[in-house]
Amino acid sequence: MNTIYSINGPVVRAANTRDFSVLEMVYVGEKHLIGEVIGVTDKFTTIQVYENTAGLKIGEPIEGTGAPVCANLGPGVISNIFDGIERPLRDMTKLNGAFVVEGNSLFSLDTEKKYNVTVTVNVGDKLSAGDIYCTCPETALITHKCMVPPNVSGEVIFAAENGEYKVLDTIIKLRLVDGTEMPLTMIQKWPIKRGRPISKRLPINRPLITGQRVIDTVIPIAKGGAAAIPGGFGTGKTMTQHQLAKWCDADIIVYIGCGERGNEMTQVLEEFSELIDPKSNRPLTDRTVLIANTSNMPVAAREASIYTGITLAEYYRDMGYHIAIMADSTSRWAEALREISGRLEEMPAEEGFPAYLPSRLSEFYERAGYVENLNGTEGSVTIIGAVSPQGSDFSEPVTQNTKRFVRCFWALDKSLAYARHYPAIDWNSSYSEYVDDLADFYNKVSPDFMSLRQEITNILQEETKLMEIVKLIGADVLPDDQKLTIETARVVRVGFLQQNAYHKDDTYVPLEKQRLMMKVIIELYHKSLDILKNGVPLSDIMATGLFDKAVKIKYDVPNDELGRFDEYFAEIDEKISGLTV
Amino acid sequence: MSLQYVGLKEINGPLVALEGVSGVAYDEIARIRLNDGTERIGRVVELAGDKAILQVFEGTNGISLENTKTVFSGKPLEIPLATEMLGRVFNGAGKPIDGLGAVFPEKWGDVNGQALNPVARQYPRNYIHTGISSIDALMTLIRGQKLPIFSGSGLSHNKLAVQIVKQARLTGEDAENQDFAIVFAAMGVQNDVADYFRRSFEETGASERVCMFLNLSSDPIIERLLTPLCALTAAEYLAFEKNMHILVIMTDMTSYAEALREFSSSKGEIPGRKGYPGYLYSNLASLYERAGVIEGSSGSVTQIPILTMPNDDITHPIPDLTAYITEGQIVFDRELDQKGIYPGLSVLLSLSRLMKDGIGDGYTRADHAAVSNQLFAAYARVQDARSLASVIGEEELSESDRAYMRFGRVFEENFLNQGFDENRSIDETLDLGWDLLCLLPKSELDRIDEKLLDEKYDPERAARFT
Repeated sequence: MNTIYSINGPVVRAANTRDFSVLEMVYVGEKHLIGEVIGVTDKFTTIQVYENTAGLKIGEPIEGTGAPVCANLGPGVISNIFDGIERPLRDMTKLNGAFVVEGNSLFSLDTEKKYNVTVTVNVGDKLSAGDIYCTCPETALITHKCMVPPNVSGEVIFAAENGEYKVLDTIIKLRLVDGTEMPLTMIQKWPIKRGRPISKRLPINRPLITGQRVIDTVIPIAKGGAAAIPGGFGTGKTMTQHQLAKWCDADIIVYIGCGERGNEMTQVLEEFSELIDPKSNRPLTDRTVLIANTSNMPVAAREASIYTGITLAEYYRDMGYHIAIMADSTSRWAEALREISGRLEEMPAEEGFPAYLPSRLSEFYERAGYVENLNGTEGSVTIIGAVSPQGSDFSEPVTQNTKRFVRCFWALDKSLAYARHYPAIDWNSSYSEYVDDLADFYNKVSPDFMSLRQEITNILQEETKLMEIVKLIGADVLPDDQKLTIETARVVRVGFLQQNAYHKDDTYVPLEKQRLMMKVIIELYHKSLDILKNGVPLSDIMATGLFDKAVKIKYDVPNDELGRFDEYFAEIDEKISGLTV
Repeated sequence: MSLQYVGLKEINGPLVALEGVSGVAYDEIARIRLNDGTERIGRVVELAGDKAILQVFEGTNGISLENTKTVFSGKPLEIPLATEMLGRVFNGAGKPIDGLGAVFPEKWGDVNGQALNPVARQYPRNYIHTGISSIDALMTLIRGQKLPIFSGSGLSHNKLAVQIVKQARLTGEDAENQDFAIVFAAMGVQNDVADYFRRSFEETGASERVCMFLNLSSDPIIERLLTPLCALTAAEYLAFEKNMHILVIMTDMTSYAEALREFSSSKGEIPGRKGYPGYLYSNLASLYERAGVIEGSSGSVTQIPILTMPNDDITHPIPDLTAYITEGQIVFDRELDQKGIYPGLSVLLSLSRLMKDGIGDGYTRADHAAVSNQLFAAYARVQDARSLASVIGEEELSESDRAYMRFGRVFEENFLNQGFDENRSIDETLDLGWDLLCLLPKSELDRIDEKLLDEKYDPERAARFT
């Protein structure tokens, strides 16, 4: 029997054994704490333990499981809340009370609940990996499709009748190529640190529509893409993630609270069960999975939470769904890597982070993608990772390395947040490399979408330049056309980029309204510019109140009455053409 | 009789190593008896084979490799817990130092605590009145919140802490029948500062409902690492088992983090930023996350950790990591302090994340959000006007910028500034806010909806300021 030789925080070692393989899941100690082998030498096997190691003793047993740490995949994942290694937190409170107790062996999914299963295959069918053999309604929004696990194929020799089944009941049996029989239940396992196989990657050309203007219009994210949200404390990372989780048009949201506040998870739980998705009239929890590894929970499980989350996402992608992952925050994950690395006395690279930080980050972000699945369906995983740079310094290793692996970068800016400009995405330092990929899509929304977008960004850029001058000598000295640019940019900033998450209409804005808002602003700008050239002073134009009115469109025009934009165009026409020298 | 180990293998700073031990558990407590009869307490921080490394709470002064006998207790560090802890004074390790004898334990509690299951938490919503306008109006403290005060050396954070202890009370319908008490943890504070707190609590009559844990700057650092653990264990007991509302004030978290750095470096760990251990975030989180409200208990733990920012630098790892964990921050501004404003809080840098759900109708007052948003926005404009004025001179400013300059001055002198004995009600605070907003032209108040504005706006209200 292998026993514990040394204990240092979450790192435990066994001496003189050759029994374990790298990344194997092990049970540590009398309490059966869950751990993972992270290093093997001829002298020591090193294990990181996913639970609190207080109370462990030298000489307690370590048992191997022969398999890596796996996620349990099956019906019951959606609307659940798990810890970093997919243990059900709700069931845990029933068992252990309000505090998390180590060493419980709760199964991830409810094995007693019955699902209404439709079996979609017949005896004699030949199935290969990824093929769907049964479906059942998991929540009101999501139909769960059980698939033949990767690397398995064979002929159906038994298929159950349609009916009510528990997740561990056998639904079909396969005869594999080598002649052995394999029963399939509604659950399969998959190692969390390995990406699930796909047929092929497809080009990325559809946006993830979020209803947030600064994102959809200015710095868009594609379905299957990866984005980072870096920002110092108080700049609204979590708020932005919450908004995206609530409103984006993914089918399923995987929300990973990685080393963050407990109260935030409680807030998500409460809010999402109260918020009704307008399209389906169902609470948002019906399409959401939460993974909560709060900052005071064991640090090794924090490292695992990211992988658990993406494995769940990939599983649903394989069914043909579009998934968005919110990882809040990847910096805490990187810090977990650093902490474990420090305990292993590895040679540190920048700021104590291990040298393999970039490769771990890229492994994670590369699991995003728009793909054709093994069963021919299309699905996508979009990753949106928050980054919490120390001291708001974007040159720190996690931000810099993340930047290399994502193509969309929403930099949150402290001074915008101080001015309560939310979302505080800084349009100057943020970028999206997906703009060109998505141009076709936006052109289909409307042929003028991309040109309006370009004009909006031009005005913002022009403003940035002009503000340099204004800071030095004040705004009075600028000629009227430049002042007009500044006034228009103000409308863009306050009326368009700023968005009020607490306002019933403004919290989510459909793409068509975003376009019309842009169009009003640009129309106002061009018409004003024209008559400025005729010698009408800017003060007269401002006195029409059109600019102030444009700022308030977001509140004044409800999302379902877009016909009212005609009034705005008419009013601009009328008032501006009424101005004379 | 349990096994006694004679002598030590190695002594390094606060750490000692023993060899030939068996059956020792990680994190358990050992008693180290010296030949002179005194006893010290150690905690197992690392185990390898038959070697155990212990951190000694009282320090290793006077310990040699030969003069000790060590007995392992088989248990993590536990302190006695009882309601009668209120009104008492303890050292950092939870031993009474007020000469009133030992506490009769109703229960023993493991100081390490356990992580609270997020499912069992209740989202904090009720506001705590502090009587300080800037805090109540702009960075409202909520029951179950962790809201730190970021200060600098020489600023009046201690005075503010005393004023909060003195004035803090619950509000709302259920306030009358609820017990409210304070747990105060002082880490690495100077003797006279500790005295100041003790005296102030006595003078204001608050000491009956205060439980103090004192670790002075001359006390051993390992004990400093224990101080917040003991305090929070007491707080959790009173809150979740005795259904009281507990406000925990912890000062100074900077001394705590420095003690952690000292401990880490003597253990030979690889340092992260500025020499602090890589697990500083997790370690601080294990303290701060012990605030909250639990489903099924009517009590709550609210934390106000106080820290002094080294060199007033908010990006220093201690304030930085703290603010990433806590639900907002209250930040002192040296410039305001020098202008003689008390409490000189920086409105723009301060924030209460939980405020939005704990103010308004039913909690404070219906117009609270509107007033605070507008005050905040207006004060942000003041900064723009000031920076412009510093370039082109105040005379050259536009009419509206000059109005903002005036608003800024009056706001700081009348709203931020208040007396140490001045306990303003939320009505007084919000009405004062309205009075100040009336200094500005009505058209500038764009964060308030028009109906409310028509009802409240009256330039006469601001007349007394001019």
